[in-house]
Amino acid sequence: MDLQAIAFWVLAIVIVVSALAVISARNPVHSVLFLITAFFSAAGLFVLLGAEFLAMLLVIVYVGAVAVLFLFVVMMLDVDFAALKEGFARYLPLGALVAGALVIEMVIVSMAVAQGGAAGRHAMPLTATPHATNVEMIGRVLYTDYIYYFQAAGLVLLVAMIGAIVLTLKHRPDVRRQNVADQVARTPAKGMRVVQIKPGEGLAP
Amino acid sequence: MTDFWTTPGGWTLLTLGQILLVTVGILLSCAFLIWGDRKLFAGVQMRKGPNVVGPFGLLQSFADLGKFLLKELIIPAGADKFVFLLAPLISVTLALGAWAAIPLAPHWIVSNINVGILYLFAVSSLGVYGIIMGGWASNSKYPFLGALRSAAQMISYEVSIGFVIVTVILLSGSMNLDVIVQKQAGGFLNWNVLGGAGPKGLIGAVVMIPMAVIFFISTLAETNRPPFDLPEAESELVAGYQVEYGSTPYMLFYLAETSNIILMSALTATLFFGGWHAPWPEGYLKGVSPLLVSLHGFFFFAIKTLFFFLLNGMVRAVVPRYRYDQLMRLGWKVFLPTSLAAVAAMGLIRVYWLTP
Repeated sequence: MDLQAIAFWVLAIVIVVSALAVISARNPVHSVLFLITAFFSAAGLFVLLGAEFLAMLLVIVYVGAVAVLFLFVVMMLDVDFAALKEGFARYLPLGALVAGALVIEMVIVSMAVAQGGAAGRHAMPLTATPHATNVEMIGRVLYTDYIYYFQAAGLVLLVAMIGAIVLTLKHRPDVRRQNVADQVARTPAKGMRVVQIKPGEGLAP
Repeated sequence: MTDFWTTPGGWTLLTLGQILLVTVGILLSCAFLIWGDRKLFAGVQMRKGPNVVGPFGLLQSFADLGKFLLKELIIPAGADKFVFLLAPLISVTLALGAWAAIPLAPHWIVSNINVGILYLFAVSSLGVYGIIMGGWASNSKYPFLGALRSAAQMISYEVSIGFVIVTVILLSGSMNLDVIVQKQAGGFLNWNVLGGAGPKGLIGAVVMIPMAVIFFISTLAETNRPPFDLPEAESELVAGYQVEYGSTPYMLFYLAETSNIILMSALTATLFFGGWHAPWPEGYLKGVSPLLVSLHGFFFFAIKTLFFFLLNGMVRAVVPRYRYDQLMRLGWKVFLPTSLAAVAAMGLIRVYWLTP
């Protein structure tokens, strides 16, 4: 068994075990931490496949940003564990349905990949060579063959972002906000006045 | 003999040796840079700083090490023991692991990966886990508040760091840190901060100088250094996520922080200021033995890293802490649009100006 095979088995076992731990851990924060372990090991598998760019993106986007927000939210939840356990039988059919749909989708995707899949359009497999890196290869496919899908995905994300802003933006007139430009533009002439006060008279407002 | 080093066993030994060498180097430089940082801080406040242990107090960090190791480890009641102890370990592992992709000198790089810059970005974005896990596992209010602040702050500033890195990638046309450094050869006019393409590229300096400044400020936020040390704001949160830590775990957090600061200083030097290149053309290095060339490169790399580390320390000493909403405003409303515009501007320069 060579080094790559050992690495594959270690990563694969870690992924499966931590994925099981995600759904079996009692503490939801531990679940999220196991989920992060699974993400991270999946990135390791990408590296083994030679897709180091995807591996880094997985770590940056999912582990570095998305999972941090998961953790953030789950940590602040006040979870009632007893209530969580009660719903198991009630949600089992729905959960099984979702799981079944996911399994069917995964099988379809793997069959499509086995038959050439998305890269099937090219006569030559697009693999990284010493002259052209992984990133360059992805870029060439992404910005030529799939440019419309790529742009469409970008538009969907933009709409989602604007939607999130529209849903949460509230203009409250009673809140006083800091205007940094005003503060910086303030000069001694505008901000204060020098007065001479005669003894015993005080200052008229 | 050379054959042995290319076999799997020999390769593993060689890599382990390199890792050990780099790690020991980082730890030693951490020890002395902490001393230097404290001396600088003391100098600004007109104190003497550490001056008892060894000549000029040089061995102060080692005395502190002994103290930390010998102290009793206290785990608060109700803390999540496993996560509590895992947090500092994760912090320090990531902080040291990131050094694998930094080109220290010509041919001196532990792992010359194609996406080195993304690797560093990924590892630095993972750094938030140590803090957030430590804050949560302490089962205490101040650490938890510190952890929440830290999570929000580090994610916010990662966005602008990412865009700044994209401008550098656009300029160099590579994500390999070694290539990025090699493209900056031949004097300071070729450094990325000045447009990276000699006198013709100087127009790029209009974009890259602000980017270097934004990168430096964002690294301060990313490493939770003043003026962005809100996660450990001692006047409000006592010490933030570190409140419940003592003894060796605390030392590990501290070590990770220092190592991260040195890493970010090294990254600033590498991305913008020519890495291990001297500020003048290096024609005189032709025919010199590779070891001397590497030492020559390492000297300049160390000088630049030291400069940014001390700049970092100086900022810590003289700048007051930001308020939280100001911190968020700076990250999202100032740095993000500026760096986004810079990416577009850099793309235009690259396509219409630098391409012959």
